[in-house]
Amino acid sequence: MFVELGHFALILAFAISLVQSVVPLVGAHKGWRGWMHAAHPMATTQLLLVAFSYAALTWAFVTSDFSLELVINNSHTAKPLIYKISGVWGNHEGSLLLWVLILVLFGACAVWFGGNLPDSLRARVLAVQSSIGAAFMAFTLFTSNPFARVAQPPFDGGDLNPLLQDPGLAFHPPFLYLGYVGLSMAFSFAVAALLEGRVDAAWGRWVRPWTLAAWVFLTLGIGMGSWWAYYELGWGGFWFWDPVENASLMPWLFATALLHSAIVVEKRETLKTWTILLAILAFGFSLIGTFIVRSGLLTSVHAFATDPDRGVFILLIIAFFMGGALTLFAARAQEMEAKGVFRTVSRESSLVINNVLLAVSSFVVFVGTMWPLAAEMLFDRTLSVGPPFFDAAFTPFMVALAMVLPIGAMLPWKRGDLMRTLRSLWGLGVLSVALGATVWAFQTGTAALVPVGAALGLWVVLGAGADLWSRTGRGDMGARARRLARLPRADWGKAVAHAGFGITLFAIAGLVGWTREDIRVVQEGESFEYAGYDITLEDVRRVEGPNYVSTMGFMEVERNGRHIASLNPERRIYPVAGMPTTEAGIDRGFWHDIYLVLGDPQDDGGWAVRSHIKPFANWLWAGGIIMALGGGLSLSDRRYRIAASGARRKDAAAKPQPAE
Amino acid sequence: MRIVLLIAILALPLATMAPPPALAAVSPAEMFDDPEKEARARAHFKNLRCVVCRNESIDESSADLATDMRLLVRERIEEGDSDSEIEAYMVERYGEYVLLTPTMQGANVILWVAAPVMFVVALGGAALYLRRRRDATESGERLSSEEEARLRDLMRD
Repeated sequence: MFVELGHFALILAFAISLVQSVVPLVGAHKGWRGWMHAAHPMATTQLLLVAFSYAALTWAFVTSDFSLELVINNSHTAKPLIYKISGVWGNHEGSLLLWVLILVLFGACAVWFGGNLPDSLRARVLAVQSSIGAAFMAFTLFTSNPFARVAQPPFDGGDLNPLLQDPGLAFHPPFLYLGYVGLSMAFSFAVAALLEGRVDAAWGRWVRPWTLAAWVFLTLGIGMGSWWAYYELGWGGFWFWDPVENASLMPWLFATALLHSAIVVEKRETLKTWTILLAILAFGFSLIGTFIVRSGLLTSVHAFATDPDRGVFILLIIAFFMGGALTLFAARAQEMEAKGVFRTVSRESSLVINNVLLAVSSFVVFVGTMWPLAAEMLFDRTLSVGPPFFDAAFTPFMVALAMVLPIGAMLPWKRGDLMRTLRSLWGLGVLSVALGATVWAFQTGTAALVPVGAALGLWVVLGAGADLWSRTGRGDMGARARRLARLPRADWGKAVAHAGFGITLFAIAGLVGWTREDIRVVQEGESFEYAGYDITLEDVRRVEGPNYVSTMGFMEVERNGRHIASLNPERRIYPVAGMPTTEAGIDRGFWHDIYLVLGDPQDDGGWAVRSHIKPFANWLWAGGIIMALGGGLSLSDRRYRIAASGARRKDAAAKPQPAE
Repeated sequence: MRIVLLIAILALPLATMAPPPALAAVSPAEMFDDPEKEARARAHFKNLRCVVCRNESIDESSADLATDMRLLVRERIEEGDSDSEIEAYMVERYGEYVLLTPTMQGANVILWVAAPVMFVVALGGAALYLRRRRDATESGERLSSEEEARLRDLMRD
């Protein structure tokens, strides 16, 4: 019953979304206030209906309603409650419903927090947002109905993919979707501005918080996925250049570029056309990512051919929204005349460089991801583009970005003096190079990766500090320190996010360059010495979990007779899903993680044991969190909340309007 | 050859879905005693794709076929083949698909030069744009007639 109501609510929401994508547009065009305002109750109603629909599906999962096909395929009565809830989005249909829910949530947010927007702009934004919602609701209802029943319900379900039964991955999709879908707001604003024929500083200020919020979620979502891969996949990798990973990296890079170029629009009223284009592309790549993941096209062309419905539907969505937006862009972009003028050496120029590097690096990822497909279709060659290609083609852009970041971030707007900025930074540059050289001297191998990464990481972090300090003006230390605490949150956000990027760079270099590995056969009760640690495999036992059976190793790690950690690497079998997973035993440390994996039992007794030392692993996750924190700080900046409001301030206070 | 090992993965809705867990991967039994040879083998493993897996190198994969492929590479090393000979041998057996680093041959040149070309084009475009913005400075900062109109508008309020 509930389920049917949920289904019905979704259909109703779809109908409303169709109306909402037309009526406000007409209203805005004709200047009819009533028609423009009609969007507000419609957006709120859509949210309520989709939320109800989503709740109904969750209810079906929680109560293990096995008359639903989706629940049968993705749930089991023995599954812990948390994974029953996360199981709703752990599959194609349910995750699509979550996508729609977030989409209408953002639409409703534009109503609640958009009080300071001009009526016509808000109406257009809501109409565009609603048309995206309509497309995805149609996709859900016509090709991927989560509410399909079966005639004869089985006694129990087929369980959720065991890889997804993990806290790290359970909450990864909602964050990622908040990011992907958050970019739809930037898209809606861009299209609305094109329809409106006007982009000004105020537009930049409205777009930025949405992009920033989407970026923060995307950063956290990607970080979570990477964290999960690190401990779950059993060899301590954190990024595999898998098509589905690339699908999330491309919009992230574009969102990062958009975040920066929107500052230029806001502060200097220039780079407008480019910013509009970026907003369109950022969401476009979100859609392309969705297509890559859901069509199965890149996993295998044949998988796609057997069930092309979904892939073709998403392609149509992409064609409609990208085609429409880009055509509109081509027709209207010329009208967005730039106002601000600036010298070649200026903050504006440095942000242009930032955009070039980020956009091109995203393009590299795109080409590498799609190339196997192009080669097969055009040249009849079946080939792979793997991590070695991406490492080689992508890394140079990140290195260049890190090199120019601290300089660009400190250049003044309009006209800068490169020498002057460099003078305030050269000490830090020398310090960073010195660190790189020290690392070079101490390491045993000859790889340049870690020294370069260490130097760049430190350079970016120190640069962020110098940037913040330079904003405190002149005077004695005490006065400057006091001013430091009172700097706007946007300034802090910028510095914190940049520092997070530096830490991430450093951690990646250290983790990739200095990981050590040992593989050996260990008998139960046997000890071995590795990397200064004495590791003992005390016992291997069978342990029953709620819905799995685990072969659990009991391992002790000691150093010079002092106990360091007791670790339990596991090999789990989920009998219902018939799938094995590994759980590494990890002792997380400040300098490095000790990462133990239990392998196969050997014919002559004993177990294969792999031990890794993973330097700076925690720094990597910390770097991501710090980046997101910087975004959050910037988002909460009060200055822009007040400055942003135009005519009406009714709802303005509720939505922060950051800049830098 | 292209069996998709993990159909379950297909059902995954989201990004950052990576390959199946490596239960065994490189096992102690197969390893060379000579660390130099072992390092060479590992370097090869990292560049060879497990052809039945989803985006995994044979270094990471626990599939039986990956084990066979590893043993094949080890055999070639034992026989004294050079690195390029080993690569050619594997390509002959499993096709170009097996190489994780795409070659530079034929149309693949497009793939490899795409990034530098795009970068140069983007830099060129940016330089042109910056030049225009700079020149706009020199031609003065007067308001356009539209802006004058808007200013009058604003002043009236």
